Amino acid sequence: MDLDDTPEQAEYRAQVREWLERHKAQAPVLQGEGALQDEQEIIAARRAWQGKLAEGGLAGVTWPKEFGGQGRGPIEQVICNQEIARAHVPGILDAIGVGMLGPTIIAHGSDEQKSRYLGPMLHGDEVWCQLFSEPAAGSDLAAVQTRARHQDDGSWLLSGQKVWTTNAQFASYGLLLARTDPDAHKHKGLTMFIVPMDAPGVTVRGLRQISGEAEFNEVFFDDVQIEDGAVVGGVGGGWGTALTTLMFERVTIGLGGEGLGFNSIRFARAIAGDEHARRDPEVRQRLGEIASELLAVRFTGYRTLTALQRGQIPGPEAGLAKVTIVNGAIRAGDLIADVQGPDALATDSEWAYMISFLPGLKSAGGTEEILRNTIGERVLGLPPEPRLDKGIPFSELRSKEGAAA
Amino acid sequence: MNLALSDEQEFLREAARGALSRYKTLEAARAALDRPSAPVTGLPDLWPTACEAGWPGLLIDEAKGGAGLDVFDAMLVLGECGRVLAGVGLLGHLPASAILNDSPAAAAWIGEVASGARRAAYLPAQPPSDVRDSWSADPAHGSAHAQLPSATPGDEQGMVTLNGSVAFVPDAPGASGMIGVALLDGRPVGVAVLSESPGVTVEPLVRYDATRSLGHVSFKDSPAVLLDAPEESLIAAWYIAQALIAAESLGSVETALQTTVAYAKERYTFGRAIGSYQAVKHSLTEVLRQLENGRSLLYYAGWARKGAPQEFALAASAARSVAGHALDTAARTMISVHGGIGATWEHDAPLYFRRAQLSRRLLGGTSGATDRVAGELLGQAQAA
Repeated sequence: MDLDDTPEQAEYRAQVREWLERHKAQAPVLQGEGALQDEQEIIAARRAWQGKLAEGGLAGVTWPKEFGGQGRGPIEQVICNQEIARAHVPGILDAIGVGMLGPTIIAHGSDEQKSRYLGPMLHGDEVWCQLFSEPAAGSDLAAVQTRARHQDDGSWLLSGQKVWTTNAQFASYGLLLARTDPDAHKHKGLTMFIVPMDAPGVTVRGLRQISGEAEFNEVFFDDVQIEDGAVVGGVGGGWGTALTTLMFERVTIGLGGEGLGFNSIRFARAIAGDEHARRDPEVRQRLGEIASELLAVRFTGYRTLTALQRGQIPGPEAGLAKVTIVNGAIRAGDLIADVQGPDALATDSEWAYMISFLPGLKSAGGTEEILRNTIGERVLGLPPEPRLDKGIPFSELRSKEGAAA
Repeated sequence: MNLALSDEQEFLREAARGALSRYKTLEAARAALDRPSAPVTGLPDLWPTACEAGWPGLLIDEAKGGAGLDVFDAMLVLGECGRVLAGVGLLGHLPASAILNDSPAAAAWIGEVASGARRAAYLPAQPPSDVRDSWSADPAHGSAHAQLPSATPGDEQGMVTLNGSVAFVPDAPGASGMIGVALLDGRPVGVAVLSESPGVTVEPLVRYDATRSLGHVSFKDSPAVLLDAPEESLIAAWYIAQALIAAESLGSVETALQTTVAYAKERYTFGRAIGSYQAVKHSLTEVLRQLENGRSLLYYAGWARKGAPQEFALAASAARSVAGHALDTAARTMISVHGGIGATWEHDAPLYFRRAQLSRRLLGGTSGATDRVAGELLGQAQAA
């Protein structure tokens, strides 16, 4: 058991560090003195920086070489992330594209799709977004209702609405899950498409959150015409393709670990300066409990990496880490605000932002309740709840739901 | 980066599971509850099994007759003990052996401790914290910290005279000797005392969990060997004990969870297995979540002991805190998912519940470890 680099990993780390040392002056400044303010400028600068990282081999570390990647393993990806953080420079802008959507196209896309889309995605020339969730299909993703109808000329006509779409306001393409056969069972009648975000009929609208900021978008499709070659993974194969994306999403989160900044020492710093709070047994119990669980997540990340490195699928600890991080951070926000008083909720407080951001994060990537169901069933082997949606065409499901209500 | 168990570690764990499976520890634990007077009788004597397996010398260097393994290896064995609520004597013996291993003064007889010919018990001594300047011990009653025994220079070179007491010493009854910390002119020093020495009294106790051997230990002008272990070793012994009880607790959580999940699959109400109901499923995943967090922290503590000694206090305390909560949650969930049957004398659930209730109050308590986590982090935050 050790956390040290092997000689090969140490050599790779040195290479990455040396590259960053030589190029970090070109990285965009996002915080502190001289930080970029204009959103358009920030996006442009981060795209250019992603291009630099890709040229240097610091983007797409785990992508196969034939698609411009480095063909390396998850450990090297983590080493690369660690060195980027250490150099205090931004990482790639399109983490969703490069981390989840690109690998999905590599797994399921046609040769034409791979040669057309992967290069510009990796270099940040074309940013991507993930068009999966809908107002009535989140945790139950296979319930999507966005409809794609095959036209006589072979093209598809798309109509419906997506939501919680990060980066849609400046994305060039989206990977979209649509229903192509409502008479098939819910998981069978789905197809995955590549959608150009500048196609006529696509409308992107910012979705303001509790915090006041718009981290996500709503995306509307009104009879958007897309070509037949835009299908990824075959007509009717959308669910299998989506599962691949979701698997890469879990891996990305697993390797991200404390990347959200919810770590125990940061929370301790918010309290340490208050001499009374620092000695208060109740404050200490609360901090100690929160911190212990967040410390566990760091080592859960290492366990996940160990499994990946040995070619194993990460265990349940990877999925449960998200529950631990979010709930730990929620309790930390409460504790810090209890200690600091209403000032913690002032407009410019970092804690006010965190406190606002967290309730929604509980449902991100699937609600906590669904995650607990899935883990209870897949890991502990507990029997599933009875379901109404098995073995019937999707088109009949709505009336059945109505009758049950 | 590699957190996987080595082949040797897998073997150590499997061997421990095999060796302990030869005894009906749970049945014995239940039967012992019907004979509530101390010392507990009728429990299997597992020390010969421990000696045969080489467990007493796990933390002692090979050159001194031990196995020269790490705290993490010892934690694997304790986890197996916890799975079947086996009272082996290692929780007391292993932290004591770690102090001796760092004491050249113990060279003449450390071999007997490594082989298990002499069983030692660790006198729990809690190091100072960010808010408390002095060493302390668990109190016999109440919540205030107690003082450590005091040492005065003895008649012979290398000997001291001990006075004072230490409450709730794990595995003290029947131990050949006790090893811990005493204050000599206000300075912490390592001491070793034979149980048969003059003025040494061990009062055996039973507190709710008959599988846990405990005793109040007191000294009246008792001669003891002054150990030359450095202060870091005396501090580390406390955290080794925290890491070991954490590992033991998580072993108990594993069995409690397995048993409860099996029942949730076979017990039906309203035409469905109870494990299909979200309320039951979610409470079981909560046990799993806490168990997995605890496992991750066992790795942290096991790695930090050698890999980042300055973090060992934080890692071991965090492991203890999460493992203690996990055992509480698992034991209560075990009873409630089983329904009324889970609260009956004949069921195993009450045995795990008893273990949880006592464990969280020993060795500084689960809440003491939680407080230590906060203290370590607040200290780091202030230093930064």
